[in-house]
Amino acid sequence: MAATVDTRPSTPRAVASDPPGTAPARRRSARRGALGWLFILPFLIVFVVFLIGPLAYAGYLSLYTKGLATGTTFAGLDNYTRAFGDPSFRKGLWFVLRFSLVVIPLQMIVALVAALVLDEVTGRLARFSRLVIFLPYAIPAVLGALMWGFLYSPSFGPIEQLASAFDVRAPFLLSQGNIFYGLLNVVTWQWAGYYMIIIYAALQSIDSSVYEAARMDGANARQIALRIKVPMVTSALTLILIFSLIGTLQFFTEPQILGPIANGTVTPDFTPNIYAFNLAFRYAQFNYASAISFALGFVVFVAVAIFMIVTRKKGSIFT
Amino acid sequence: MSDVRRRPRHVWAKLLLLAMVCYFLVPVWWLVVASTKDAPGLFAGSGALWFSGFHLFDNLGDLFTHNNGEYLRWLGNSVRYAFAGGVGCTIVSVLAGYGFAKFDFRGRGVVFALVLGSVMVPLTALVIPTFVMMSNVGLTDTIWAVILPSLLSPFAVYLMRVYAAVSVPDELLDAARIDGAGELRTFLRVSLPLMRPGVVTVLLLSVVGTWNNYFLPLTMLSSSKLYPLTVGIGLWSQLASSNNGGGQSLWNLIIVGSLVSIIPLVIAFLTLQRYWQGGLAVGSLK
Repeated sequence: MAATVDTRPSTPRAVASDPPGTAPARRRSARRGALGWLFILPFLIVFVVFLIGPLAYAGYLSLYTKGLATGTTFAGLDNYTRAFGDPSFRKGLWFVLRFSLVVIPLQMIVALVAALVLDEVTGRLARFSRLVIFLPYAIPAVLGALMWGFLYSPSFGPIEQLASAFDVRAPFLLSQGNIFYGLLNVVTWQWAGYYMIIIYAALQSIDSSVYEAARMDGANARQIALRIKVPMVTSALTLILIFSLIGTLQFFTEPQILGPIANGTVTPDFTPNIYAFNLAFRYAQFNYASAISFALGFVVFVAVAIFMIVTRKKGSIFT
Repeated sequence: MSDVRRRPRHVWAKLLLLAMVCYFLVPVWWLVVASTKDAPGLFAGSGALWFSGFHLFDNLGDLFTHNNGEYLRWLGNSVRYAFAGGVGCTIVSVLAGYGFAKFDFRGRGVVFALVLGSVMVPLTALVIPTFVMMSNVGLTDTIWAVILPSLLSPFAVYLMRVYAAVSVPDELLDAARIDGAGELRTFLRVSLPLMRPGVVTVLLLSVVGTWNNYFLPLTMLSSSKLYPLTVGIGLWSQLASSNNGGGQSLWNLIIVGSLVSIIPLVIAFLTLQRYWQGGLAVGSLK
């Protein structure tokens, strides 16, 4: 905002020192400059108030502790040493990291295979499938989790009913040992279609003369898919990977919703976000909860940054 | 000849598609079937995926009248939040994306780098500090606590910047300027129509984002009068599972309530698919 004030007085000076021929062009672009700030101003306000502000505030809060007897005191980095040494936080972090390592490749493979098939097959079935696969994206995660919770139910879910037809007991997918897989399925179901659409859109924008050329050189459909199509949508794949990494590390809604159905499998420290939520709203430890949030944000940021440095190449989205 | 060779491959592809359709449709199919059952039918030991009895309208009646019609109030709140948050976010992001793409001003590079970097900030990590900030100014448990933070979407700005750069030619803007049109007028009359698919995409994404949001309203709101559907149905499911047996009728409401609440977005996506499919393509290109 300060820069809006800056650019205006500089305009006449710039014009005065310029050779006569370029003066009108310069003046116009300088005026456009000030207007550019006006266009981004509303966003900048939201950005400062709801992103920079809370981030700075969380950082500030996390440096203090609040005790009933002692009041608010400066604690330096104590909250962070406490957080990274806290078995609850570490356990939750370990869970979401492990979960990301499995769910992200799984989602991406499902999305990529679906997109490649849909790019190849045309007709009514293909159009219908595309919409159905995408459908879960339009369903709130709360409801997606609830529906699967019902389907998993040992007392009236179809999985158990199917199993009992064969006289076996189906595994309860929300039990201590199985909830990892239960959640894996819910999340993949919820997001694969959205990722599929992004990849599909990228595939559709490839010029088909490339395939013709490859076919002339004797490439078969599988070779075209793996050697041409997949490399040509890498930037879409990178985008998806970053989004699902950020999303999965913040895992909250699905375990929170399935918690009451899962009979105590979802502990108050199941994921870092659930832990922070419970610290803040069950135990009113807002300072420590802010430190946990900030620490989680830091881990996500570092994870994404590492990933981007590793995969850095021309044409990736953040260059 | 190549036709004959291609046919068997497509058969496998189509079988694969059918399998995927089944997987992705099963929960929705179950939801539709279960919405037509009464409580005993729902908890019967068998036939979870097929109809028995038809009680859809009874269930709908119960849904809309339960607890003085709190479901309808939640539905209204969801519509309000999604509309205000989604439209607001779209306006803010489209203006900013256009500004970044089509104006050359000092500091643009730095600010845009900052915006891109912030795509990596997990937004839920901001919810708790935002709550504390909001409570300092007395805005928690108001509709603003849900709507205002929803206006922020760095990704939408990124998407609109790419879209504006691709779809609005500079020559056209210069021509409009020479004709004496002001920047705002040029934006509204020339650029905005060209960016329409991008705008619709961002609108849909942000409406869905707000409609589906759970963590933010769960944190910000304490009076159930202000809940959106996600938090309301979450509350019902907690009540239903905490009093096993007594909560059976509540499960019916949750199911039929879920069905009703997914219909608006499904219709929006179906009717607008021409736009968002093209809009997403551009976002993933660069």
